[in-house]
Amino acid sequence: MAYFLGLFVALVAFWLGMSGHYTPLLLCLGSVSVALCLILAYRLDLIDSEGSPYGRMLGFSLYFPWLMKEIIKANWTVIQACLRADLDIAPALVKVKSVCRSDLAKVTFANSITLTPGTVTVAIEGDKLLVHGLYEQDSQPEAFAEMDRRSARAIDGRGATT
Amino acid sequence: MSDFIANLQAWFEVVRYPAGAAVSLAGALLCMVGTIGVMRFPDFYTRLHAASITDTSGATLVLIGMALMAPGWLIVAKLLTIFLFMFFTSPTASHAVANAAHTAGLQPLIGPINGRRNREEDSQ
Amino acid sequence: MTAAALIAILLGMVLLLIRTLLGPTLYDRVLAVNSFGTKTVLALGLLGFVMGRPEFLDIAILYALINFVSTIAILKFFRYRSFQVPLTGRTGTGGQGGKRNV
Repeated sequence: MAYFLGLFVALVAFWLGMSGHYTPLLLCLGSVSVALCLILAYRLDLIDSEGSPYGRMLGFSLYFPWLMKEIIKANWTVIQACLRADLDIAPALVKVKSVCRSDLAKVTFANSITLTPGTVTVAIEGDKLLVHGLYEQDSQPEAFAEMDRRSARAIDGRGATT
Repeated sequence: MSDFIANLQAWFEVVRYPAGAAVSLAGALLCMVGTIGVMRFPDFYTRLHAASITDTSGATLVLIGMALMAPGWLIVAKLLTIFLFMFFTSPTASHAVANAAHTAGLQPLIGPINGRRNREEDSQ
Repeated sequence: MTAAALIAILLGMVLLLIRTLLGPTLYDRVLAVNSFGTKTVLALGLLGFVMGRPEFLDIAILYALINFVSTIAILKFFRYRSFQVPLTGRTGTGGQGGKRNV
Protein backbone atom coordinates (compact mmCIF):
# COMPACT_ATOMS: atom_id res chain seq x y z
CA MET A 1 0.00 0.00 0.00
CA ALA A 2 2.85 2.37 0.83
CA TYR A 3 4.40 1.61 -2.54
CA PHE A 4 1.04 2.32 -4.18
CA LEU A 5 0.80 5.70 -2.42
CA GLY A 6 4.38 6.55 -3.35
CA LEU A 7 3.73 5.84 -7.02
CA PHE A 8 0.48 7.84 -6.87
CA VAL A 9 2.17 10.90 -5.36
CA ALA A 10 5.01 10.69 -7.88
CA LEU A 11 2.62 10.47 -10.84
CA VAL A 12 0.48 13.39 -9.61
CA ALA A 13 3.57 15.51 -9.05
CA PHE A 14 4.85 14.60 -12.51
CA TRP A 15 1.56 15.57 -14.19
CA LEU A 16 1.28 18.89 -12.30
CA GLY A 17 4.92 19.72 -12.97
CA MET A 18 4.70 18.97 -16.67
CA SER A 19 1.35 20.50 -17.57
CA GLY A 20 1.32 24.00 -16.02
CA HIS A 21 -2.39 24.45 -16.81
CA TYR A 22 -4.71 24.02 -13.83
CA THR A 23 -8.14 24.20 -15.49
CA PRO A 24 -10.80 21.63 -14.46
CA LEU A 25 -10.71 19.85 -17.84
CA LEU A 26 -6.96 19.25 -17.72
CA LEU A 27 -7.08 18.21 -14.06
CA CYS A 28 -9.77 15.63 -14.99
CA LEU A 29 -7.62 14.34 -17.84
CA GLY A 30 -4.68 14.17 -15.46
CA SER A 31 -6.56 12.13 -12.85
CA VAL A 32 -7.75 9.75 -15.58
CA SER A 33 -4.23 9.21 -16.88
CA VAL A 34 -2.83 8.75 -13.36
CA ALA A 35 -5.52 6.15 -12.64
CA LEU A 36 -4.77 4.40 -15.95
CA CYS A 37 -1.05 4.31 -15.15
CA LEU A 38 -1.72 2.86 -11.68
CA ILE A 39 -4.02 0.18 -13.10
CA LEU A 40 -1.47 -0.76 -15.75
CA ALA A 41 1.35 -0.88 -13.17
CA TYR A 42 -0.80 -3.11 -10.95
CA ARG A 43 -1.63 -5.43 -13.85
CA LEU A 44 2.06 -5.62 -14.79
CA ASP A 45 2.91 -6.44 -11.13
CA LEU A 46 5.27 -3.47 -10.98
CA ILE A 47 4.17 -1.98 -7.65
CA ASP A 48 6.91 -3.23 -5.36
CA SER A 49 10.11 -1.94 -3.81
CA GLU A 50 11.65 -1.46 -7.27
CA GLY A 51 8.61 0.13 -8.87
CA SER A 52 8.41 2.89 -6.27
CA PRO A 53 11.73 3.12 -4.44
CA TYR A 54 10.89 6.29 -2.50
CA GLY A 55 11.62 4.83 0.94
CA ARG A 56 15.32 4.95 0.11
CA MET A 57 15.32 8.60 -0.96
CA LEU A 58 17.05 9.69 2.25
CA GLY A 59 19.95 7.27 1.94
CA PHE A 60 20.31 8.06 -1.74
CA SER A 61 20.23 11.82 -1.19
CA LEU A 62 23.13 11.41 1.24
CA TYR A 63 24.99 9.36 -1.37
CA PHE A 64 24.32 11.77 -4.24
CA PRO A 65 26.69 14.68 -3.30
CA TRP A 66 29.59 12.29 -2.81
CA LEU A 67 28.87 10.70 -6.20
CA MET A 68 28.79 14.13 -7.87
CA LYS A 69 32.18 14.97 -6.32
CA GLU A 70 33.65 11.71 -7.65
CA ILE A 71 32.14 12.38 -11.10
CA ILE A 72 33.71 15.85 -11.26
CA LYS A 73 37.12 14.50 -10.21
CA ALA A 74 36.97 11.71 -12.79
CA ASN A 75 35.75 14.09 -15.50
CA TRP A 76 38.89 16.18 -15.16
CA THR A 77 41.09 13.13 -15.78
CA VAL A 78 39.18 12.10 -18.91
CA ILE A 79 39.05 15.66 -20.28
CA GLN A 80 42.83 15.85 -19.99
CA ALA A 81 43.14 12.49 -21.73
CA CYS A 82 40.90 13.72 -24.58
CA LEU A 83 42.76 16.96 -25.16
CA ARG A 84 46.36 15.82 -24.76
CA ALA A 85 48.31 16.21 -27.99
CA ASP A 86 49.73 12.69 -27.78
CA LEU A 87 47.32 9.94 -26.91
CA ASP A 88 48.49 8.48 -23.60
CA ILE A 89 46.07 5.98 -22.08
CA ALA A 90 46.38 2.54 -20.51
CA PRO A 91 43.04 0.69 -20.71
CA ALA A 92 42.54 -2.28 -18.40
CA LEU A 93 39.86 -4.83 -17.56
CA VAL A 94 39.52 -5.57 -13.83
CA LYS A 95 37.21 -7.79 -11.78
CA VAL A 96 35.66 -6.04 -8.78
CA LYS A 97 33.96 -7.95 -5.98
CA SER A 98 30.98 -6.17 -4.47
CA VAL A 99 29.58 -6.34 -0.94
CA CYS A 100 26.13 -5.22 -2.13
CA ARG A 101 23.46 -7.83 -1.47
CA SER A 102 20.19 -6.69 -3.03
CA ASP A 103 19.73 -6.24 -6.78
CA LEU A 104 18.97 -2.55 -6.39
CA ALA A 105 22.20 -1.94 -4.48
CA LYS A 106 24.16 -3.77 -7.17
CA VAL A 107 22.48 -1.69 -9.85
CA THR A 108 23.33 1.48 -7.93
CA PHE A 109 26.95 0.44 -7.60
CA ALA A 110 27.28 -0.59 -11.25
CA ASN A 111 25.56 2.59 -12.45
CA SER A 112 27.82 4.70 -10.23
CA ILE A 113 30.85 3.05 -11.79
CA THR A 114 29.49 3.63 -15.29
CA LEU A 115 28.48 7.21 -14.50
CA THR A 116 32.02 8.04 -13.40
CA PRO A 117 33.89 8.83 -16.62
CA GLY A 118 36.90 6.61 -17.12
CA THR A 119 35.28 3.44 -15.81
CA VAL A 120 32.50 1.35 -17.36
CA THR A 121 30.85 -1.77 -15.99
CA VAL A 122 31.00 -4.31 -18.80
CA ALA A 123 29.34 -7.34 -17.21
CA ILE A 124 27.88 -8.47 -13.89
CA GLU A 125 28.18 -12.08 -12.75
CA GLY A 126 26.74 -12.73 -9.32
CA ASP A 127 28.56 -10.34 -7.02
CA LYS A 128 31.52 -9.78 -9.35
CA LEU A 129 31.64 -6.86 -11.74
CA LEU A 130 33.83 -6.69 -14.83
CA VAL A 131 35.03 -3.11 -15.12
CA HIS A 132 36.84 -1.50 -18.05
CA GLY A 133 38.97 1.45 -17.00
CA LEU A 134 40.72 4.11 -19.06
CA TYR A 135 43.78 4.18 -16.80
CA GLU A 136 45.15 1.02 -15.30
CA GLN A 137 46.44 2.72 -12.14
CA ASP A 138 43.06 4.37 -11.44
CA SER A 139 40.92 1.27 -11.86
CA GLN A 140 42.32 -1.20 -9.37
CA PRO A 141 39.71 -3.03 -7.26
CA GLU A 142 40.72 -1.00 -4.16
CA ALA A 143 39.67 2.22 -5.91
CA PHE A 144 36.04 1.08 -5.94
CA ALA A 145 35.91 -0.11 -2.32
CA GLU A 146 34.57 3.16 -0.92
CA MET A 147 31.94 3.59 -3.66
CA ASP A 148 30.86 0.00 -3.05
CA ARG A 149 30.57 0.55 0.70
CA ARG A 150 28.67 3.80 0.29
CA SER A 151 26.17 2.51 -2.27
CA ALA A 152 25.55 -0.60 -0.16
CA ARG A 153 24.88 1.61 2.85
CA ALA A 154 22.66 3.98 0.86
CA ILE A 155 20.41 1.24 -0.51
CA ASP A 156 20.62 -1.74 1.83
CA GLY A 157 20.59 0.35 5.01
CA ARG A 158 23.20 0.92 7.66
CA GLY A 159 23.59 -2.71 8.67
CA ALA A 160 24.69 -3.81 5.20
CA THR A 161 28.41 -3.36 5.77
CA THR A 162 29.89 -4.78 8.92
CA MET B 1 17.99 43.19 6.40
CA SER B 2 15.00 43.02 4.04
CA ASP B 3 16.67 45.79 2.06
CA PHE B 4 19.74 43.62 1.68
CA ILE B 5 17.68 40.64 0.53
CA ALA B 6 15.84 42.84 -2.00
CA ASN B 7 19.17 44.09 -3.29
CA LEU B 8 20.43 40.56 -3.57
CA GLN B 9 17.35 39.55 -5.54
CA ALA B 10 17.70 42.49 -7.91
CA TRP B 11 21.36 41.65 -8.40
CA PHE B 12 20.47 38.01 -9.07
CA GLU B 13 17.85 39.06 -11.64
CA VAL B 14 20.48 41.10 -13.48
CA VAL B 15 23.25 38.53 -13.33
CA ARG B 16 21.43 35.26 -13.89
CA TYR B 17 20.94 35.53 -17.64
CA PRO B 18 24.61 36.09 -18.60
CA ALA B 19 25.72 33.62 -15.94
CA GLY B 20 23.33 31.00 -17.30
CA ALA B 21 24.52 31.61 -20.85
CA ALA B 22 28.15 31.29 -19.76
CA VAL B 23 27.49 28.03 -17.89
CA SER B 24 25.60 26.67 -20.93
CA LEU B 25 28.51 27.59 -23.15
CA ALA B 26 30.94 25.81 -20.81
CA GLY B 27 28.75 22.70 -20.90
CA ALA B 28 28.53 22.83 -24.70
CA LEU B 29 32.32 23.08 -24.91
CA LEU B 30 32.59 20.03 -22.64
CA CYS B 31 30.26 18.21 -25.04
CA MET B 32 32.66 19.16 -27.84
CA VAL B 33 35.58 17.78 -25.79
CA GLY B 34 33.72 14.50 -25.34
CA THR B 35 33.02 14.34 -29.06
CA ILE B 36 36.68 14.99 -29.87
CA GLY B 37 37.50 12.11 -27.54
CA VAL B 38 35.03 9.89 -29.39
CA MET B 39 36.78 10.77 -32.65
CA ARG B 40 40.31 10.30 -31.34
CA PHE B 41 40.30 7.24 -29.11
CA PRO B 42 41.47 4.04 -30.76
CA ASP B 43 38.99 1.46 -29.55
CA PHE B 44 35.29 1.01 -28.82
CA TYR B 45 35.64 0.67 -25.05
CA THR B 46 37.80 3.77 -24.72
CA ARG B 47 35.35 5.75 -26.86
CA LEU B 48 32.68 4.82 -24.33
CA HIS B 49 34.61 6.73 -21.65
CA ALA B 50 34.81 9.83 -23.81
CA ALA B 51 31.08 9.66 -24.55
CA SER B 52 30.31 9.59 -20.83
CA ILE B 53 31.79 13.10 -20.42
CA THR B 54 28.95 14.37 -22.62
CA ASP B 55 26.41 12.44 -20.62
CA THR B 56 27.52 13.65 -17.19
CA SER B 57 29.33 16.95 -16.90
CA GLY B 58 28.36 18.42 -20.27
CA ALA B 59 24.64 17.74 -19.91
CA THR B 60 24.64 18.78 -16.25
CA LEU B 61 26.31 22.12 -16.96
CA VAL B 62 24.03 22.91 -19.92
CA LEU B 63 20.94 22.08 -17.84
CA ILE B 64 22.17 24.20 -14.90
CA GLY B 65 22.76 27.08 -17.29
CA MET B 66 19.26 26.72 -18.74
CA ALA B 67 17.82 26.59 -15.20
CA LEU B 68 19.56 29.90 -14.43
CA MET B 69 18.00 31.42 -17.55
CA ALA B 70 14.54 29.94 -16.91
CA PRO B 71 11.61 32.37 -16.75
CA GLY B 72 9.55 30.31 -14.28
CA TRP B 73 9.62 27.46 -11.80
CA LEU B 74 7.78 25.15 -14.18
CA ILE B 75 10.73 25.29 -16.58
CA VAL B 76 13.10 24.45 -13.72
CA ALA B 77 10.91 21.43 -12.88
CA LYS B 78 11.10 20.26 -16.50
CA LEU B 79 14.87 20.70 -16.55
CA LEU B 80 15.11 18.73 -13.31
CA THR B 81 13.05 15.96 -14.91
CA ILE B 82 15.41 15.85 -17.89
CA PHE B 83 18.42 15.82 -15.56
CA LEU B 84 17.07 12.98 -13.41
CA PHE B 85 16.07 10.97 -16.47
CA MET B 86 19.46 11.34 -18.15
CA PHE B 87 21.19 10.69 -14.82
CA PHE B 88 19.45 7.32 -14.53
CA THR B 89 19.31 6.19 -18.15
CA SER B 90 22.67 7.23 -19.62
CA PRO B 91 24.75 4.76 -17.52
CA THR B 92 22.17 2.08 -18.28
CA ALA B 93 22.49 2.70 -22.00
CA SER B 94 26.31 2.77 -21.76
CA HIS B 95 26.27 -0.51 -19.86
CA ALA B 96 23.89 -2.03 -22.40
CA VAL B 97 26.17 -1.10 -25.30
CA ALA B 98 29.30 -2.29 -23.46
CA ASN B 99 27.65 -5.53 -22.40
CA ALA B 100 26.36 -6.22 -25.92
CA ALA B 101 29.85 -5.68 -27.34
CA HIS B 102 31.39 -7.89 -24.65
CA THR B 103 28.84 -10.65 -25.20
CA ALA B 104 29.43 -10.48 -28.95
CA GLY B 105 33.14 -11.07 -28.31
CA LEU B 106 34.64 -7.67 -29.09
CA GLN B 107 38.04 -7.67 -27.39
CA PRO B 108 39.29 -4.44 -25.78
CA LEU B 109 42.77 -3.09 -26.29
CA ILE B 110 44.72 -3.63 -23.07
CA GLY B 111 47.90 -2.00 -21.88
CA PRO B 112 49.56 1.37 -22.38
CA ILE B 113 48.67 3.06 -25.66
CA ASN B 114 50.92 5.94 -26.58
CA GLY B 115 50.23 7.99 -29.68
CA ARG B 116 53.88 8.63 -30.49
CA ARG B 117 54.89 4.98 -30.19
CA ASN B 118 51.99 3.82 -32.35
CA ARG B 119 52.88 6.29 -35.06
CA GLU B 120 56.46 5.01 -35.11
CA GLU B 121 55.17 1.46 -35.39
CA ASP B 122 52.93 2.48 -38.25
CA SER B 123 55.78 4.09 -40.14
CA GLN B 124 58.01 1.04 -39.89
CA MET C 1 26.21 33.42 -25.89
CA THR C 2 23.40 30.88 -25.78
CA ALA C 3 23.55 30.79 -29.57
CA ALA C 4 27.29 30.06 -29.33
CA ALA C 5 26.53 27.13 -27.02
CA LEU C 6 23.94 25.87 -29.52
CA ILE C 7 26.45 26.13 -32.37
CA ALA C 8 29.07 24.24 -30.32
CA ILE C 9 26.61 21.43 -29.67
CA LEU C 10 25.63 21.31 -33.37
CA LEU C 11 29.31 21.05 -34.34
CA GLY C 12 29.65 18.16 -31.89
CA MET C 13 26.66 16.50 -33.54
CA VAL C 14 28.29 16.81 -36.96
CA LEU C 15 31.48 15.16 -35.61
CA LEU C 16 29.39 12.36 -34.10
CA LEU C 17 27.69 11.80 -37.47
CA ILE C 18 31.15 11.33 -38.98
CA ARG C 19 31.91 8.76 -36.28
CA THR C 20 28.58 7.05 -37.03
CA LEU C 21 29.50 6.76 -40.70
CA LEU C 22 33.11 5.69 -40.07
CA GLY C 23 32.62 3.53 -36.97
CA PRO C 24 34.42 0.24 -37.59
CA THR C 25 31.99 -1.86 -35.55
CA LEU C 26 28.25 -1.81 -35.03
CA TYR C 27 28.72 -0.84 -31.38
CA ASP C 28 30.66 2.31 -32.27
CA ARG C 29 27.71 3.36 -34.37
CA VAL C 30 25.20 2.61 -31.62
CA LEU C 31 27.34 4.54 -29.13
CA ALA C 32 27.59 7.51 -31.49
CA VAL C 33 23.85 7.50 -32.14
CA ASN C 34 23.14 7.37 -28.40
CA SER C 35 25.48 10.28 -27.75
CA PHE C 36 23.91 12.10 -30.69
CA GLY C 37 20.53 11.71 -29.00
CA THR C 38 21.84 13.18 -25.74
CA LYS C 39 23.19 16.15 -27.67
CA THR C 40 19.87 16.50 -29.51
CA VAL C 41 18.09 16.83 -26.16
CA LEU C 42 20.49 19.59 -25.08
CA ALA C 43 20.27 21.30 -28.48
CA LEU C 44 16.45 21.30 -28.40
CA GLY C 45 16.48 22.89 -24.94
CA LEU C 46 18.98 25.54 -25.99
CA LEU C 47 17.04 26.21 -29.21
CA GLY C 48 13.98 26.93 -27.08
CA PHE C 49 15.94 29.43 -25.02
CA VAL C 50 17.49 31.07 -28.09
CA MET C 51 14.06 31.51 -29.68
CA GLY C 52 12.52 32.62 -26.38
CA ARG C 53 10.11 29.72 -26.28
CA PRO C 54 11.07 27.30 -23.45
CA GLU C 55 8.12 25.07 -24.41
CA PHE C 56 10.66 23.22 -26.54
CA LEU C 57 11.66 21.47 -23.32
CA ASP C 58 8.60 19.22 -23.61
CA ILE C 59 9.94 17.94 -26.92
CA ALA C 60 13.35 17.52 -25.28
CA ILE C 61 11.86 15.34 -22.52
CA LEU C 62 10.10 13.22 -25.12
CA TYR C 63 13.31 12.88 -27.10
CA ALA C 64 15.23 11.79 -23.99
CA LEU C 65 12.64 9.02 -23.43
CA ILE C 66 12.72 7.87 -27.06
CA ASN C 67 16.51 7.97 -27.20
CA PHE C 68 16.94 5.51 -24.34
CA VAL C 69 14.29 3.11 -25.60
CA SER C 70 15.64 3.19 -29.17
CA THR C 71 19.19 2.39 -28.01
CA ILE C 72 17.96 -0.65 -26.09
CA ALA C 73 15.74 -1.69 -29.00
CA ILE C 74 18.57 -1.47 -31.55
CA LEU C 75 20.87 -3.52 -29.31
CA LYS C 76 18.18 -6.12 -28.68
CA PHE C 77 17.42 -6.40 -32.36
CA PHE C 78 21.05 -6.95 -33.34
CA ARG C 79 21.47 -9.48 -30.53
CA TYR C 80 18.45 -11.64 -31.33
CA ARG C 81 17.48 -10.47 -34.86
CA SER C 82 13.94 -10.14 -33.55
CA PHE C 83 11.90 -7.98 -31.20
CA GLN C 84 9.75 -10.94 -30.13
CA VAL C 85 12.20 -12.45 -27.64
CA PRO C 86 11.56 -12.07 -23.90
CA LEU C 87 14.53 -10.50 -22.13
CA THR C 88 14.36 -12.67 -18.99
CA GLY C 89 16.60 -15.61 -18.19
CA ARG C 90 19.27 -14.90 -20.77
CA THR C 91 22.92 -15.66 -20.16
CA GLY C 92 25.77 -13.23 -20.13
CA THR C 93 24.38 -10.47 -17.96
CA GLY C 94 24.19 -12.60 -14.83
CA GLY C 95 22.13 -11.52 -11.88
CA GLN C 96 18.95 -13.44 -11.35
CA GLY C 97 17.63 -12.69 -14.81
CA GLY C 98 14.01 -11.70 -14.32
CA LYS C 99 13.15 -11.63 -10.67
CA ARG C 100 9.70 -13.05 -11.35
CA ASN C 101 11.22 -15.84 -13.37
CA VAL C 102 10.04 -18.68 -11.12
